[in-house]
Amino acid sequence: MSVRAAVISQIEQIADEDRKSLPPLTDDLALLDSGLDSLGVAILVARLEEVLGFDPFTESDDVAYPVTLGDFIRFYEHASESRTVDSGLAH
Amino acid sequence: MSTPPNPARSIRDWLTSRPAAAGPERFLRGATADVSLTRLIDSMRDGARLAGRSVLVVARDQLDAALALIELDGTARRLILATPDLPSEHLPALVADADVDTIVSERHDFPISDSRFLMPTEWVLLTSGTSGAPKMVVHTFASLTAPIGHSLAQGADVVWGTFYDIRRYGGLQILLRAVLGHGSLVLSGAGEPVGDYLARLGAHGATHISGTPSHWRRALMSPNARAIAPRYIRLSGEIADQGILNALRSFYPGAVISHAFASTEAGVGFEVSDGLEGFPASMVDAAGDVPIRVDDGSLRIRSAGNAVRYLGGEQQARLADADGFVDTGDIVERRGDRYYFLGRRSGLINVGGLKVYPEEVEAAINRHPAVRMSMVRSARSALTGSLVAAEVVLKKEPAAGGRSVDFKREILQICHDSLAPHKIPATIRFVPSLEMAAAGKLARHA
Repeated sequence: MSVRAAVISQIEQIADEDRKSLPPLTDDLALLDSGLDSLGVAILVARLEEVLGFDPFTESDDVAYPVTLGDFIRFYEHASESRTVDSGLAH
Repeated sequence: MSTPPNPARSIRDWLTSRPAAAGPERFLRGATADVSLTRLIDSMRDGARLAGRSVLVVARDQLDAALALIELDGTARRLILATPDLPSEHLPALVADADVDTIVSERHDFPISDSRFLMPTEWVLLTSGTSGAPKMVVHTFASLTAPIGHSLAQGADVVWGTFYDIRRYGGLQILLRAVLGHGSLVLSGAGEPVGDYLARLGAHGATHISGTPSHWRRALMSPNARAIAPRYIRLSGEIADQGILNALRSFYPGAVISHAFASTEAGVGFEVSDGLEGFPASMVDAAGDVPIRVDDGSLRIRSAGNAVRYLGGEQQARLADADGFVDTGDIVERRGDRYYFLGRRSGLINVGGLKVYPEEVEAAINRHPAVRMSMVRSARSALTGSLVAAEVVLKKEPAAGGRSVDFKREILQICHDSLAPHKIPATIRFVPSLEMAAAGKLARHA
């Protein structure tokens, strides 16, 4: 599953558990307008760590908190790519 | 950080003994604009709280007076209608002669000398308890304002904002700072989206803004984060990690960023403004008005800002030790010349400033018929500080595939139906067994 698909699927699942309906999940949607509140976004990050195996927010003290859904997905994609590069170098 | 003794005994006492530079009119318009007499009367309607009383009605506005009279006639024992031109020096005699035990007014500057009206009010704040029922913590005007002292930002140009509710300790501290400092305070509305609140803070030129680290992370995730330009940013109620301190520093380069250690029971312990997480080791065992100690790994604070005692079911519980120190239950570790917070001794989980006792969540999970036992612990979150994570042992291994997913959904459903949102487990993991410590208790460690 791509990073993007994993993010969307987890957002849908959390909204479903909260019985909240979601607006169309476009890249320019503000994350906190996506139907998830800040607790929901924290849960999203925890669930994504289970699925993807990493939490990019804990990897550095210099984190720019993502504002839009697109920022959020790119943040994960970037972290995923640099992990692939890192592990590639390690081998 | 010495705090001068504060001679005032109440908010009224403070305001009348230290009038605003711009005069009382400004205070009335600035700080109490929302507290109209009409709303006060509204709040009386339910409980008939003035039944049987002798009530003096002193209103500036005729409409307010009319509403008060209509509401109180037939309920109050006696109504005394103060004329608008009544000189205030006559009030004490009126109060005494008419046996007045209640004054209904929007004014704050009564020269009350009748001793029946002067008493130290107990302020009872609620905080989470182990069983889910709230604990009642008693403060006084003196204990609530002890941390304020001379550090108070004064003046009409100070506009406070807080992401806290003023009925929690962190928010109440800001309300008191705004009122006692003759500043203004922009409150958030019930259920108001953070983006809207940020826009209003910006529109009112908020200069001093407080919240938990989680509140601030949420603010920075809003497209309206640029709407505010505070001079002073205060974080409390949770561990402030280096990530949020750095993010705030780069977002609001002009602001003083301060993280305070405070809790409902211990009051405000100290503030750190050097931009680094944790606190300098030199603060421990140092002389000062608010001595702090680290005993058995946990942070202890003695201060005039400590709560007085517990009320109700917790009444027997000791708040302070024999030396007057309150154990905050926060575990700290010294690394080099600084102490860092590690978490809570009791297993208590702090989700964005809101407390969760694991036992309460475990009790909800254990209601599922397939669950043998469960253990709830804190999981680190870069967004809310901590989250609730559950490990669950099922009575029977679920068949491979779908069943465990069903159980997860059903357990979450039970939690949704019986727990506040921040107490619902963010993650549930099925495990074959749980580690038990001595005495058969679950071995809780993060």
